[in-house]
Amino acid sequence: MDVDKSKIENRKTQIEASGIWTLAEAAGGKILPVSFELLARGRALAQKRGVRLTAVLMTDRADPEGLEELIQRGSDAVLLVEHPALEHFLVEPHAACLVELIRRHHPEVVLAGATSTGRTLMPYVAVRVDAGLTADCTGLDIEPETGNLLQTRPAIGGNVMATIETPTARPQMATVRPRSTRPLPRETVRRGEILRQAPPAKLASRVRRLEFVPLPDARTIADADVVVSAGRGLKTRQNVRLVAELAEAFDAAVGASRDVVDRGWLDYPHQVGLSGKTIAPRLYVAVGISGAIQHLAGMQTAQTIVAINSDPEAQIFRVADVGIVGDLFTVVPMLTAAIRKAKELNAEDAEERGEKQDKE
Amino acid sequence: MRIIVPIKQVPETGAVRMDEATGTMVREGVEAIVNPLDLYAIELALRLRDSSRSADGEGNHEVLALSMGPPKAQTALREALAMGCDRGVLLSDPAFAGSDTWATSNVLASAIRKLGEFALVICGERATDGDTGQVGPGIASFLDLPLVTYVSRVRSFGPDEMVVERLVEEGHEVLAMSLPGVLTVVKEACDPRLPTLRGKQRARQAELVRWGHQELGLAREKVGLAGSPTRVVRLHRPSVARQCRRLIAADEESAALAVRELVDILRQKNLL
Repeated sequence: MDVDKSKIENRKTQIEASGIWTLAEAAGGKILPVSFELLARGRALAQKRGVRLTAVLMTDRADPEGLEELIQRGSDAVLLVEHPALEHFLVEPHAACLVELIRRHHPEVVLAGATSTGRTLMPYVAVRVDAGLTADCTGLDIEPETGNLLQTRPAIGGNVMATIETPTARPQMATVRPRSTRPLPRETVRRGEILRQAPPAKLASRVRRLEFVPLPDARTIADADVVVSAGRGLKTRQNVRLVAELAEAFDAAVGASRDVVDRGWLDYPHQVGLSGKTIAPRLYVAVGISGAIQHLAGMQTAQTIVAINSDPEAQIFRVADVGIVGDLFTVVPMLTAAIRKAKELNAEDAEERGEKQDKE
Repeated sequence: MRIIVPIKQVPETGAVRMDEATGTMVREGVEAIVNPLDLYAIELALRLRDSSRSADGEGNHEVLALSMGPPKAQTALREALAMGCDRGVLLSDPAFAGSDTWATSNVLASAIRKLGEFALVICGERATDGDTGQVGPGIASFLDLPLVTYVSRVRSFGPDEMVVERLVEEGHEVLAMSLPGVLTVVKEACDPRLPTLRGKQRARQAELVRWGHQELGLAREKVGLAGSPTRVVRLHRPSVARQCRRLIAADEESAALAVRELVDILRQKNLL
């Protein structure tokens, strides 16, 4: 009982906290893009609140150019902990460091990517520092006076958006969907401090990394320019072929809604949405996808969205730039043929231009 | 050797619909099920129990399912028993209502502590309703245990250490974790079995232990909404950001026109 009481008081006193932190992730010495996306989010919050933005980097060895890029893409300072035990992500040593930094500096907000690392580290740390944590946010805002972070995320299986606050506890912790925002451009004139921090005395881990097996190189939906996705409207596993053929015509990657993956028509790496991948391709084509919020959360930042669905009321049309309302079994084969033809014409045009240039 | 599997009863989210007029969830007729991703945790626990059993004969090996929820969450526990879990513990107390992931992890960790010795806690990757994936790591942190998330395969198990594969963005890691410890597992780990008829009969008759905040020695202000640092302040449908150009393809002819127009738009946008 006594312990409980002191913890509640602790939550209140932490309200003195100040400053926005974002977690930088590195692999093999190189800073990962999600770190810069978080800085773009953090920059907006820090500006509105009138406080400093700090990137936290825990690694075995920091690459000086990477540190510079953290500053140039928005942070005022980098808190750097270097230790051999931080070479790979293992939750215990990383959590021990972050807990120590939070206790030393009392940030009001700590953001991490909703990556395999962030989603493991943040809940482990939030428990230790008695903080509120919101998973997988797609929107963040801050009240300038109270400093309350307004964390928006899809809820109830993605059927609705919820805004979540952490009114009394500090820091306010959140993980943020990767690729849900773009990094700020590099400003080479920006200056900031690199603050080296001693790690805690003990950095033990009861988990050892024995080996790493990288994925074979394959076209993934995460980095494709064009993604064509299959939804339940395809009705059978065999019909997914229609989407695969359209994707081939576009030279695109094949995506899928959760329904399609749950039914085993396509594998999990194809899944777009809250419980799959968030992507922002130049063109997204949704075929037979109704558009549950859980799916929309994963693709609505695409530059151009095309939807093909027979239901004029389908939610997907609310986020689409172009919608074809009609039977996909009629429309998709026609579209595949039309795209193939358009690409052939393009290729011929290019050849002609090439020939002209040769003559000139 | 004991393995503990915390599970959650969730609404069948595929069936959840929103009332457009009021913006609230239509709960009527929505079935309550065991979180589908918890089935993989149950299955893995049963397999590890059975392989340990056959390895050392008659030793005392059990899988214990644990669930925090309203009294009706006992049906989720009975489903776990029907699949083959040995015992079920229901953590149910009106004071637990409104728990966020911090408070939920605290209750589950307190119950696990009270249960005594164990080798392993296995959690599903996340629940399909809340979609946070924070409770498994939270339990590990409260219990000060080692943790491996996103486990896609167990290579070896026990007695003092286990070797697992962990799925990450660029591939998979092979990790050795000392026991006791906590895992969260993904779908790739195994295929959940269906309950047997005998299992169902046994589950129906099984007695479930039920604990509230007092049995767990937790102060009322540390559980439920009172013990939760986060608050949901608003629920809303997202606003529409784009003007959709609608092309109607009612028959072959209009479909051909729609396709032609779409190709023109894509060409103008330099997407072909």
